[in-house]
Amino acid sequence: MSKVRLLVGTRKGAFVLTSKGSREEWDVDGPLFTGWEIYHVNASPADPDRLYASQSSGWFGQIMQRSDDGGKTWEAVGNEFAYDGVPGTHQWYDGTQHPWEFARVWHLEPSPSDPDTVYAGVEDAALFRSTDGGKNWEELSGLREHKTGEQWQPGAGGLCLHTILIDPEKPERMVVAISAAGAFRTDDGGETWQPINRGLRSQELPDEDREVGHCVHRIAMHPSNPERLFMQKHWDVMRSDDGGEQWYEVSDNLPSDFGFPIAVNANEPETIYVVPIKSDSEHVPPDAKLRVYRSKTGGNEWEALTDGLPQSHCYVNVLRDAMAVDGLDPCGVYFGTTGGQVYASPDAGDSWSPIVRDLPAVLSVEAQTLP
Amino acid sequence: MIRVALPQHLRTLAGVDHEVTLELDGQARPTQRSVLDALEASYPVLCGTIRNQRTGERRDFIRFFACGRDLSLEPADDPLPDEVASGDAAFRVVGAMAGG
Repeated sequence: MSKVRLLVGTRKGAFVLTSKGSREEWDVDGPLFTGWEIYHVNASPADPDRLYASQSSGWFGQIMQRSDDGGKTWEAVGNEFAYDGVPGTHQWYDGTQHPWEFARVWHLEPSPSDPDTVYAGVEDAALFRSTDGGKNWEELSGLREHKTGEQWQPGAGGLCLHTILIDPEKPERMVVAISAAGAFRTDDGGETWQPINRGLRSQELPDEDREVGHCVHRIAMHPSNPERLFMQKHWDVMRSDDGGEQWYEVSDNLPSDFGFPIAVNANEPETIYVVPIKSDSEHVPPDAKLRVYRSKTGGNEWEALTDGLPQSHCYVNVLRDAMAVDGLDPCGVYFGTTGGQVYASPDAGDSWSPIVRDLPAVLSVEAQTLP
Repeated sequence: MIRVALPQHLRTLAGVDHEVTLELDGQARPTQRSVLDALEASYPVLCGTIRNQRTGERRDFIRFFACGRDLSLEPADDPLPDEVASGDAAFRVVGAMAGG
């Protein structure tokens, strides 16, 4: 019988939640790395027991952890993230130029085919790769050295590379997203990159539809159709049908089109999920109601999913990496909140229940479907 | 023998319960740099957690105390106090008081 394992990163450690395929009862293990910020834990699609975790601290910096036994034991691996060459400067909040400085790893994306190859999206924005299980990290500097790099500016959370999508059919094609620079795509394994932000409009920019500078919060892709991308931008939910060459808005009847995560149903490539948040200045759910919105038409025509979610006095946020889906049918959907709840829906969003209610603020959730 | 006291998170990371003891071969007089070099050689997992791996600069929120003194701003190659060199006092690596 199948199992589901959730890898949860929080402000104060990591947690591993496991359930049978029924997804009715859950075991909770943790915290791991207690007291440290765990921005992301992710698993290799090629070896489900190979896990990587980004462990960081404002005092002690970045640690990378690796598990070869599904999270039972961990080993600290390489933590030197050195920019290639002289890294130069990017735009700072006040419009001046600011040196590129490594702060932390936001997102880890293991290769679909090789457990020892893993990509790391970091702050200040850059993409690194390890091909030896995390021992050594090399920057794919063509991204940071793009001619627009000096125009990139940090979002409120920092200048972070938070989304890495690898085309399962053509792994040399990848899409990344940076707050607040926008989305970029490589078709040659990371050597060269092009901005893919046509169609995005951001009122926070003096030139609303310029090439870079957009605060993309998250991009999602269904593996069966890598050309179709779904984006939660700072404001606006967007869609592209051509690998990011052109975007168009699909926010339609959402109560707010501001939000952070976006996810695609594993079995229905046109079914997507977002969590509307009231605004960029308040970061709370509209009307104090925690609602996931689902579109079964690849955007637009949104329906509110509320069964089991708090519909009054709710002021939590759901961060960009904190929503995931499993691979079962019906698809399980999961998200964690800044209030420490992890909610699960075993029926593709129709109903929800909390697995845990009182974790530290949840930064990330990943779902593994295990035999 | 040099004694080094680490903050709790670094003790956990290094897998040690109490103070760390180090032998500095051939050192006439230990310095911040030589102590940290020896510490990182014995516990490689600590590389980057106390000082920048490339530049060797102390991380912003790390302090070095010994014998009731804050040595954080002292040059890395200055001799440490006699009590640290003799093992009578620990060289303390401290997470700065920050964050409320």
